[in-house]
Amino acid sequence: MLGALFYILIFPGFLFLVFSGLTAEFIDRKIYARLQNRVGPPWFQAYADFIKLLAKEDIVPAESNPKMFRVAPVFALTAAITAFLYIPLWGKEALLSFNGDVIIVLYLLTLPTLAFFIGGWYSTSLYSRLGAVRSLMQLFAYEVPLFMGILASALLADTWSLKEMVIFYTAHPWFWMFNLTGFAISLVSLLGKLEKVPFDIPEAETEVVAGGFTEYSGRMLAYLRLTLDVEMVVGSSLLALVFFPFGLNLGPLPGFLLFLFKVLFILGLISLLRTVVARLRIDQMVNFCWKYLVPLALLQILLNLILKGTLLR
Amino acid sequence: MLKEVLGSIFKKPATNLYPAQKLDMPDKFRGKLKFYPERCIGCKMCMRDCPTNAITINKLAENKFEAVFDLSRCIYCAQCVDSCPKKALEPTKEVELAELDKNKLRVIFKAGDTGNSITKNDK
Amino acid sequence: MHDSKDFKIPIGPQHPALKEPEGFSVALKGEKILGVDIRLGYNHRGIEKAAEERTYVQDIYLIERVCGICSHSHSTCFVQAVEEIAGLAVPIRALYIRTIIAELERIHSHLLWLGVAGHEIGFDTLLMYSWRDREVVMDILAAITGNRVNYGMNTIGGVRRDIDAQQTEDILKALTILEERTKYYIEVATQETTIIKRLSGVGILSREDVLRLDAVGPTARASGVKRDVRADDPYAAYAELSFKVITDDHADVYGRTVVRVKELMESYKIIRQALKNLPAGPLTVRAPRKIPVGEAISRYEAPRGEDVHYVKSNGTEKPERVKIRAPTLANVQAVKHMLRDRYLADMPIVVAAIDPCFSCTDRMVALKEEDCARAKIINWQTLHAFSIEWYKQQGIDFTELNKKLQDKLKG
Repeated sequence: MLGALFYILIFPGFLFLVFSGLTAEFIDRKIYARLQNRVGPPWFQAYADFIKLLAKEDIVPAESNPKMFRVAPVFALTAAITAFLYIPLWGKEALLSFNGDVIIVLYLLTLPTLAFFIGGWYSTSLYSRLGAVRSLMQLFAYEVPLFMGILASALLADTWSLKEMVIFYTAHPWFWMFNLTGFAISLVSLLGKLEKVPFDIPEAETEVVAGGFTEYSGRMLAYLRLTLDVEMVVGSSLLALVFFPFGLNLGPLPGFLLFLFKVLFILGLISLLRTVVARLRIDQMVNFCWKYLVPLALLQILLNLILKGTLLR
Repeated sequence: MLKEVLGSIFKKPATNLYPAQKLDMPDKFRGKLKFYPERCIGCKMCMRDCPTNAITINKLAENKFEAVFDLSRCIYCAQCVDSCPKKALEPTKEVELAELDKNKLRVIFKAGDTGNSITKNDK
Repeated sequence: MHDSKDFKIPIGPQHPALKEPEGFSVALKGEKILGVDIRLGYNHRGIEKAAEERTYVQDIYLIERVCGICSHSHSTCFVQAVEEIAGLAVPIRALYIRTIIAELERIHSHLLWLGVAGHEIGFDTLLMYSWRDREVVMDILAAITGNRVNYGMNTIGGVRRDIDAQQTEDILKALTILEERTKYYIEVATQETTIIKRLSGVGILSREDVLRLDAVGPTARASGVKRDVRADDPYAAYAELSFKVITDDHADVYGRTVVRVKELMESYKIIRQALKNLPAGPLTVRAPRKIPVGEAISRYEAPRGEDVHYVKSNGTEKPERVKIRAPTLANVQAVKHMLRDRYLADMPIVVAAIDPCFSCTDRMVALKEEDCARAKIINWQTLHAFSIEWYKQQGIDFTELNKKLQDKLKG
């Protein structure tokens, strides 16, 4: 019982994720700033912002539905944190594991976006509603290539369980190289999930102020922002596990360091990508996802099917 | 774009860390004004031309004048410097003039002062 | 507000997309814009009236503060009008220096615009880079004029400060850096896929519409209308300098970007020529304090387009009337036209593409409310009492709160 509580609340659960999420935000902002030839925030900036927001007043708009308005952020954060419990960090074992947990993780990662929609919609502010609708519209565009990219890798391993995927890729060490297209697709789609440029359409500052977050303040805004940070960690850990499944039998410490390195690499790529592009319009975004990402993902799946039929026979 | 962006990692940031690292103002900068009371002849051309009435010249005695600057009104155009026939006014490089107390923005140059020592008006 | 399919959203007077308060009410159907209502006047400062109460010398500094970015444009335009009334022959060296400052200002304004445009389409890297490079020209301006924004270079009958040999060298050095950077920006603006995607085909304003709506500056030039006061009606030293009027046929936001970045290259050319041919001579002629009776219109090509000043004098130290038509006023009508059938996401960049300067535009706006007839003038006490009554009727009573405040102030 105590052990379970430790796992859920401290490591690798809530506390660890809060700290790593905020650190990830700092790393992302720092890299972004350095790429733009700026100094960037000090290391404690993300923590300071978070604590400041916790101390501020919660304002619930009179017109909103207070219940939904309050529940959405907590719901989003919980879902993002729960997803992390299914991801093996260094060994082959995750905290929770069963056949089909890839789908559960992806599902749990979709939930925050839905929660953003609900929160934004029930704020009833014009900007919030526009942002909420946009985030849902965007969801349908990036979710498909993201799923296809990750499932292509699972397909090669012939399993729906992260644990067994790890076992497969440890047995066939260089097979992850085949999935690099899938990695690129998933990384770009992940930007949509994290609402980062070029896919920060739902919270495009110059158009809809802060989108679904416009009416949020204080603690609830802190949770929402934390959700995005945690999602960033969970998303990049998932990508690290699925697409770079090497060195997973090194033991806790070197394994953890390698894991950190992989996640940092993916974080760096995310920051780099959002530095070199402009925000797309929602129609362009949907077009891009369905026209380029989905066919590419289909190609990846086809490649993996052929591989399965030839090399793994 | 990618090349430029990646190159930036190895460049020093362009940001000036301002309060820690002071800025150097150019020589001709129009900052806070300096007044030489011994040169003043009391023609009050500066008062007349000042767009914001930030400057007042008071006659203390024969050929003795003091200048009162209201820095909260001054727009640092330095027209008074141009208007002065005797070059009794001069802009300096001083720019950090923010004060919490508005009264401290009233700067008086008394006759007899060298102009460097600034007596602040305490109300 | 249960149907989100068709509603009006306010962009402004306070909105992150706008750098200055201005009201745009956008009727939307989904993401499509059905119509835009523009309401000017949030920033009216009464500068024209204030100019009538000040002497000509004081007015220079007042008019300079019409706009932060094109401060030299407005002051030059005003000073030109006054000089024409007074019949002053401005020394040629002063005219050249005015030209140099004007072009330096254009460089800083266009680089600023490029950054703002980048920000509006979510490309903050472009914003950071172009504003970093803009510091080069800002430093030069500060070194020559003594200030970064309100240069205070003009005076009636000439300029106040000279450009010496050292400064000439500094300017030339800065131009080399800027030229290289501008070449890079031309490359970025014309080759980056996401930028082109966001800019081309957005905010189309055809040549006919430019002529009909009287758009000015880069907005007009991007639609192929060769309209530039510097070439059409040369002032300052422009008649003696050779430069190209940049036009473009894209007629959209992309075209306006291309026109602006290419104009930067022309500006470097103009400054180089002007510095090379800078004639020796005095900086000012003596100007009378009392300007003789007369009136004049002065035109000036500000970075945003044609700026027009009208000055009427009555023989005293103060002008009788000053009228300012800032370029944004000519362009703002076009925005409504450009936004037809576009997406909400295009709104910020289309508005930004005319390089709006709303506080310059809000010169004289009379807002006529329908119940204007009931309007009366009341004094402060009456207004105060009225507001207390009004809130009481709304069910809000401030008496308790007021008492507490009074006690607090006493105690």
